[in-house]
Amino acid sequence: MIGNNMDKFGYSISKGRQINYEANDRKIAEYIYENEPSFRLCIECGGCSATCTTGNLTKFSLRELFVLIKRGENDQIWQNLKKCMLCGKCTLVCPRGVNTRNIVVLARQAFQKSNDYAI
Amino acid sequence: MNGNVIVIGAGIAGMEAAGQLAKAGYLVTLLEKEEEAGGHLNNWYHLFPDRRNGDEVIKYLKDQIDNDNITFLNGTRIDNLEKSKKEFIIKTNRAKEICADAIVVATGFDLFRSERKEEYGYGIYDNVITSVDLEKMFREGDISLINGNVPNTIGMVHCVGSRDEKVGNPYCSKLCCVTAVKQAIEIRENIPESKVFCFYMDMRMGGALYEELYMEAQEKYGINFIRGKVSEVGESFNHKLIVKVEDTLAGRPLKMEIDLLVLMAGMEISEGSKKTGKLLGLKTGENRFFQSRDNHYGSNLSNIDGVFYAGTCTSPMNISETISHARAAVLEVMDYLKNDRK
Repeated sequence: MIGNNMDKFGYSISKGRQINYEANDRKIAEYIYENEPSFRLCIECGGCSATCTTGNLTKFSLRELFVLIKRGENDQIWQNLKKCMLCGKCTLVCPRGVNTRNIVVLARQAFQKSNDYAI
Repeated sequence: MNGNVIVIGAGIAGMEAAGQLAKAGYLVTLLEKEEEAGGHLNNWYHLFPDRRNGDEVIKYLKDQIDNDNITFLNGTRIDNLEKSKKEFIIKTNRAKEICADAIVVATGFDLFRSERKEEYGYGIYDNVITSVDLEKMFREGDISLINGNVPNTIGMVHCVGSRDEKVGNPYCSKLCCVTAVKQAIEIRENIPESKVFCFYMDMRMGGALYEELYMEAQEKYGINFIRGKVSEVGESFNHKLIVKVEDTLAGRPLKMEIDLLVLMAGMEISEGSKKTGKLLGLKTGENRFFQSRDNHYGSNLSNIDGVFYAGTCTSPMNISETISHARAAVLEVMDYLKNDRK
């Protein structure tokens, strides 16, 4: 890690972008798989993101969120999850019958239960 | 009915064509370079999408060629082939001379040699195997690593030697996706605590009940699908395979440790087809498979009168397509012998 003050002098180290599968914690994903098995059926078509009002007005993609949860890339997810208004349009368009709305609800629950992310 | 027909190749297409011709009363000589009839089907354990036993289809085909009108010559290689007027004369290592009025070419495909994709480490790392090696493990009922341990994480690499300009195969082999899904399911059944990851570019489940099998693999067997072409495979100090891939749906590069990596090798025109094609002067198309006279209504017709194609020597096909294609070839042979030839 770079020293706390170094960035003030123009130094920085960028965090690697590679997903390190073994190093990641996929507890959130496991919780959703267990309670909403249709989560496994997602084929990442993006239908949910296309119809999403939040996604059309802000930087929010439900599809991307789902894939990041599956990989255990949890860091940005929690803040993003709060943007969802739970209108459920995504669930109506899903071609694979995934209960997308419930996945958002469960993801929020899982984050709340997790010591690392609870408010 | 009269007429002598030579069928070259006793795989699925050749056996079916020979059987149907014999039933219609033609005299058939069925040539096979191997000792055993059945071709690639002999390597299969369960078939997709219904996972029936491959031996059941072999039994059907063997019953088909158990016919007095068929002379089955195994271990046979063609030394010379001539066409004089409307008759074909074949010389082989087993029989001196075989004459025929028509030839059905059913010389099939070869599997892509996976060592050509060096970056995947086949032939370099012991625990990188092909889909055929895995099918053999299923037949033997023992899925294990080189050191005898049971693999915990298994990766399936789609499109090995297919859709790849670098190896000269721009085409899709069509059946590797569903094979990967079938094999992934069977790995999970054999090793319930295992985790299976399929690395794919597109899931091409274009057959009856293929998509349903894909959904079953996701829902019932919890198989993970990661969209991205594996770029390279390495080995860690503890002999785990390190797979690098872009998770294109996350838009991020991904690194993963895998115990056993299965390469889904594609289909190419076989060496036997190339040899037969040379002897007969058959045209090949862009993908090096035999070029049919018409893609839509003449897929069994070659550029030479009296020579017909059956099965995967023209393009990748599954079993039911191969059997249909062989039957269609028989119709063309009958039409030729009855009408065109006179």
